[in-house]
Amino acid sequence: MSIFEYNGCALVAMVGKNCFAIASDRRLGVQLQTIATDFQKIYKIHEKLFIGLSGLATDAQTLYQRLVFRHKLYELREERDMKPETFASLVSALLYEKRFGPYFCQPVIAGLGDEDKPFICTMDSIGAKELAKDFVVAGTASESLYGACESMFKPDMEPEELFETISQALLSSVDRDCLSGWGGHVYVHTN
Amino acid sequence: MESVFGLVGKDFAIVVADSSAVHSILLHKTNEDKIMLLDSHKLMGASGETGDRAQFTEYIQKNVALYQFRNGIPLTTAAAANFTRGELATALRKNPYMVNIILAGYDKETGPSLYFIDYIASLHKLDKAAFGYGSYFALSMMDRHYQRDMTVEEAVNLVDKVIMEIRSRLVVAPPNFVIKIVDKDGAREYAWRESIKDAPVIAS
Repeated sequence: MSIFEYNGCALVAMVGKNCFAIASDRRLGVQLQTIATDFQKIYKIHEKLFIGLSGLATDAQTLYQRLVFRHKLYELREERDMKPETFASLVSALLYEKRFGPYFCQPVIAGLGDEDKPFICTMDSIGAKELAKDFVVAGTASESLYGACESMFKPDMEPEELFETISQALLSSVDRDCLSGWGGHVYVHTN
Repeated sequence: MESVFGLVGKDFAIVVADSSAVHSILLHKTNEDKIMLLDSHKLMGASGETGDRAQFTEYIQKNVALYQFRNGIPLTTAAAANFTRGELATALRKNPYMVNIILAGYDKETGPSLYFIDYIASLHKLDKAAFGYGSYFALSMMDRHYQRDMTVEEAVNLVDKVIMEIRSRLVVAPPNFVIKIVDKDGAREYAWRESIKDAPVIAS
């Protein structure tokens, strides 16, 4: 079994009209066994920036701790929060540092940038950034998520509709994946 | 494979582990204590590679004590759990410890808590957790019978149900179990569940 499929995860982020939404499933498993149904995979970096970490849970926890450390230092030095684009570059750099012994994580980053413009991106486990204007997905259910998002997504959705869309895309995808599911966490950030 | 499981009750937490010391097909002893007292109010039940288990749990115990000596106050359960995870995570890509841990503790401010720590350093706070082949039976029994805020009697009843299930359904079932409890009065051994008694060792 692949190391990326050891714990199981489903992550998706979408862009709406002056808002973004990021959602994850809630399962923590060890291969076929479910350990918990309330495991958090999306973390808040600051008020307008969220990161979801899919893949191996231990690396997601380690990576999150390192990122919080780096962001807190940045905040102390710059006296402001990091922009999502900058944060994405930081995550990419941290991941590539471990190019020949990587963290087995695929992050999904969602935030509001300058003038509250929504920003989403994902990257692979060695930091190859993938910017998108509409939606990004990650995790064991990523293939189902691609299909669900492609068919359900519309540009410039209001927050209520965006919430509905991302939730339905997440739930219908994880229902076809045995390694992710047990509910969902959805964060919709408007201004 | 070693079974360890635990659950949180009303004002206490219980950790149970089998007490067999196994090497290949040989059962060395049946009264091996795999639940270490980290300090007055913490229990660490561990399963996995025997040498790693003994060495790593002792290492954590001594570091928890050192913190208390240096700082004058004991670590919270959450802090001890995160410290343990940190040690496992640091060692993971160098020389991994093959030890699975259930850490239970009682804090005055927050009450009882239980942490699941995988051998690859995945940490999660839970109400019930289990490791080993016994976990397939333990988790199902606990899913069925567990309720929040159980009394000690109800919890031990559930523990006994789990032990019975493991004994009757696991092909190489461990004969004996040790039960330890932690509450506001501290961490201590609660009971043994023995179906084989080792002959006492006579000092020469």
